[in-house]
Amino acid sequence: MATTNTPASAPASGLREFWYYFSVNRGAVIGLTVFAILVFVAIFAPLIAPFAPDEQFRDALLKPPIWDANADPRFILGTDPVGRDMLSRLIHGARYSLFIGFFVVVGALVVGVILGVLAGYFRGWVDVLIMRIMDIILAFPPLLLALVLVAILGPGLFNAMIAIALVLQPHFARLVRAAVMAEKSREYVTAAKLSGAGHLRLMMVTILPNCLGPLIVQATLSFSNAILEAAALGFLGMGAQPPTPEWGTMLASAREFILKAPWVVTFPGLAILITVLAINLIGDGLRDALDPKLKRS
Amino acid sequence: MKLMKTLMVATAMVAVAAGAAQAKQLVYCSEASPAHFDPGPVTGGNDFDASAHTIFERLVEFAPGSTEVIPALAESWDVSADGKEYTFHLRPGVKWHTQPYFTPTRDLNADDVIFSFERQWKEDNPWHAYLEGMTWDYFQGMDMPKYLSSIEKVDDLTVKITLTEPNAPMLANLAMQFASIVSKEYADQVAAAGDLAVFSTQPVGTGPFQFVDYQLDTVIRYSAFPDYWEGKQPIDDLIFAITTDASVRAQRLLAGECDIMPYPAPADLEALKADENLTVQEQEGLNIGYISYNTTEAPFDNPEVRKALTMAIDKSAIIEAVYQGAGQDAKNLIPPTMWSYDDAIAADVYDPEAAKAALEAAGVTGLTTDLWAIPVSRPYNPNGQRVAELIQADWAKVGVTANIVTYEWTEYRERGKQPDRKGPFMIGWTGDNGDPDNFFATLFSCSAIGVSNYSSWCNDDFEAAISAAKTSSDPAERTALYTKAQEIFKAEEPAITLAHSRVFMPMKKTVLNYVMSPLGSHSFKGVDVQE
Amino acid sequence: MLNYVLRRIALLVPTIIGISICAFAFVRVLPGDPILAMAGQHGVTPERYEILREQFGYNLPIWQQYFNYLWSVMQGDFGISLATKRPVINEFMALFPATMELAFVALLFAVVIGIPAGIFAAIKRGSWFDQITMGVALTGYSMPIFWWGLLLIIFFSGYLGWTPVSGRIALTFFLKPITGFMLIDTLLYGNWAAFVSALRHLILPAIVLGTIPLAVIARQTRSAMLEVLGEDYVRTARAKGMSPNRVVNVHALRNALIPVVTTIGLQVGLLLGGAILTETIFTWPGIGKWMIDSISKRDYVVVQSGLLIIALIVMSVNLIVDLLYALINPRIRVQ
Repeated sequence: MATTNTPASAPASGLREFWYYFSVNRGAVIGLTVFAILVFVAIFAPLIAPFAPDEQFRDALLKPPIWDANADPRFILGTDPVGRDMLSRLIHGARYSLFIGFFVVVGALVVGVILGVLAGYFRGWVDVLIMRIMDIILAFPPLLLALVLVAILGPGLFNAMIAIALVLQPHFARLVRAAVMAEKSREYVTAAKLSGAGHLRLMMVTILPNCLGPLIVQATLSFSNAILEAAALGFLGMGAQPPTPEWGTMLASAREFILKAPWVVTFPGLAILITVLAINLIGDGLRDALDPKLKRS
Repeated sequence: MKLMKTLMVATAMVAVAAGAAQAKQLVYCSEASPAHFDPGPVTGGNDFDASAHTIFERLVEFAPGSTEVIPALAESWDVSADGKEYTFHLRPGVKWHTQPYFTPTRDLNADDVIFSFERQWKEDNPWHAYLEGMTWDYFQGMDMPKYLSSIEKVDDLTVKITLTEPNAPMLANLAMQFASIVSKEYADQVAAAGDLAVFSTQPVGTGPFQFVDYQLDTVIRYSAFPDYWEGKQPIDDLIFAITTDASVRAQRLLAGECDIMPYPAPADLEALKADENLTVQEQEGLNIGYISYNTTEAPFDNPEVRKALTMAIDKSAIIEAVYQGAGQDAKNLIPPTMWSYDDAIAADVYDPEAAKAALEAAGVTGLTTDLWAIPVSRPYNPNGQRVAELIQADWAKVGVTANIVTYEWTEYRERGKQPDRKGPFMIGWTGDNGDPDNFFATLFSCSAIGVSNYSSWCNDDFEAAISAAKTSSDPAERTALYTKAQEIFKAEEPAITLAHSRVFMPMKKTVLNYVMSPLGSHSFKGVDVQE
Repeated sequence: MLNYVLRRIALLVPTIIGISICAFAFVRVLPGDPILAMAGQHGVTPERYEILREQFGYNLPIWQQYFNYLWSVMQGDFGISLATKRPVINEFMALFPATMELAFVALLFAVVIGIPAGIFAAIKRGSWFDQITMGVALTGYSMPIFWWGLLLIIFFSGYLGWTPVSGRIALTFFLKPITGFMLIDTLLYGNWAAFVSALRHLILPAIVLGTIPLAVIARQTRSAMLEVLGEDYVRTARAKGMSPNRVVNVHALRNALIPVVTTIGLQVGLLLGGAILTETIFTWPGIGKWMIDSISKRDYVVVQSGLLIIALIVMSVNLIVDLLYALINPRIRVQ
């Protein structure tokens, strides 16, 4: 019985094993839960948020949160300088942050993997060229480079995402290149080559799946990095432009109220922290579950 | 050896600093680093505060707290009957600063005055381009080359300036910072030593304070000039602590790290006013934030449409949400503190229903337009984006869809100037010299189209009135002409006059005799500190 | 070893050329016009505009502009700032010590707390100390530091009044810079009160800038330590009855610290990036704020040369770290 079952359930048991190791990590499970809630909130933002994110209540400018004596009961987390509901803006902001993270990771991953595979597989001048370009990108502090790129492309959310993706992709490229170089000399690759597999097939089907683990971990890291960097760009006025309810931008445009109305500064920052923390918790869990070396100890 | 020497000098300096602990010191948290210390070519208010109002002086000055022109380095002046010849009689015995890098051998004389203008005016003057890529922005911007015919030395203490045509605002121009008088003797010494750029980093003037030290982006130190012609200042040391962020400035003032600061963020005013150690002076700003319609673009070429759109805007909401009470509804182009302000003009009313009806009457339905939002914070408009969001919401109520557009600041202005620009354009102006001509002619004359007339508006009656006012030297006649200009402006509505911002100056109660300038400059002449 | 060093340096040459091309190209494609950016609210006349274009060499073909630039950079001339008309290199030298000092103290703070915390967390694996430390470290790692800085200012400077709001030293102290490092200068002058003042000004910015490196170092130390503690020779030592302290001190620590040192070296680029945010929040007069201001002022020359200088610094630090690593770990050199 057991022997006949093995081939069919191998992937399932791999997944099960992964989940076993992942779920042992309490932090990772908490992170995943928070993240799931955030995704839910982001998807159903228009249904959950009490108001539209750009609806202005001219009679309720800078109202404090509900626990304050001067609060307006309509606005649980208070209002901003033009009378928009903070809670609704934060809820809609989740959409932006998750979208930024997702877009940037996908962008950086696709570009990075392609470049990394090309460099690692073909070596020679292709490798030299690609890796020198990656070196150049990595020689600039990431935030500074993103800042200059956004200054060139023009401030805005989309341009900020492109800039961040560009800054983050060398990490993927380097990782994939190293993995490809290591895998290329393995027996199964040689075997596949001998049996006539084409370059593309070799790379995509044979080699790549074997460096999936580190890639996933790197992707999670990049996800949280992207959110932080986008918020930092927003904070410096170079990211999403007001009135977009992006958290970093909200923080920046409310910075002058830091003493008078601390909630307009506190909540967006807290939202960024919670989101990034949740993703990093997941990342730690993934690393422990996917990295066999650490699993052992 | 060199280190040893530096150390010894340094120890001596510490000793001086320690000795100066009893000296009276005023710390001003300034808003930006000066480009350098030559008031001729610079353009920023912060540049002028750091040089023109501390180290340097002019032939004539604006009286403290007003735009009235009073004698300064020139004791008196005569204007010829045709209004084309100005003869200035210089004050005798005005001393130049003595510095480690310069020891003056003579007092101020006519050569200094002539040099100060010729270096800006004559392209063959060796000082005309002494810094790489420099421009004499204000000298050019105030049209000095067009009006100046000659500057001559009559005797050591008399200078005659001849104009090409009468120009009523000329005296006010000469009180502006760019017209500061610099030392010819010092310039010659610098030229002989070779490195001309030193002239802008080691300044020598006649003003109440002399330059001591500048640490880049951090602090500028001045000391009172002991031989100042009006006598030594009450304070001994003046310090500019450069603090670019407004909230941080406010916190520094609250924490006692500085004595006085400019440009508080509106949001901080409440806390600053509430503090028992502080007092907040305030004044109308000499500025206007406005939104230019392109009067050549349909349907904005119809005055009725322009007026209807203005009527659809809830200006009081903008003033509350954006200016935070630090602004005042603008019904005219010029601010109320300026002479010739026409208070008889009725304020704009907010009436969305009437606006909608007027738009329909003019045949405008389903209008979609761009709305240009100023990308930077300016005194006349602290947050263009927020203004645009509010107007967008207001216009939506009368069926007008506005798409907010903005660009990088230099590009924004370049694109805004184009005569074929689409959509209303947010902009503003801060007065240079307190003369109404500086608003009306600069911003809405026909010749300013493509330069700073963002409405591309050219109205014959308006043009006639402001041209006549410029050449007349009779204040009553000028007032009447400018009143007429304001009436035409309101009837035509080439732009939405949004607001004049109020200017605040928070300071410790121990700071005495500080007088706010309506022109927005910060001068510490005569200021004392209570011990 | 010499061979390895030469090879590494030779590899840098194309990268440096690439960096200079990038810095040059970025600035050329920035929107906005440098000459218009220099002018005030009155603008410039078209004739004057042409004269200035020529004066700055903006009328030359682009490749010629690049080679002119490269040529002057090689002679140590990084250009004249459009805004202040001062040589860019002078401005850099005047501001860089402030950033260095901030970054150094931040790193010191991160190392002094991060390494012991990581070691103890590893030794007491699974304990409440381990869990709390790693929780705090992950929170620090996830921190939007611009927000964190604002919170610290509200609390320590605004509410408690313990630390100064901004600046590098109280204004009552007038010390001509010798090294430019405030902490060192004040000591050279023998002015103790000034030293304390400088330190008080440095604390909050250094904590903010050090937060992420601290988290990274603590986590890295812990996992390096765990790995080493799991190695055979450590287990052997333990089995032979060596005291746990001795095991940690003699065997584990030294080996665990090698990757940590690399991590610290790699923080330098991040520190310079973080300095942009930290310096903006605390109005700290360093190169991070200088770059931001120059980008917003469109001071093309400063942005271009600033990018180049900063990239060269990051690269040199990375090179030094690499070489040190190769020195400690000879296996690298062969590859």
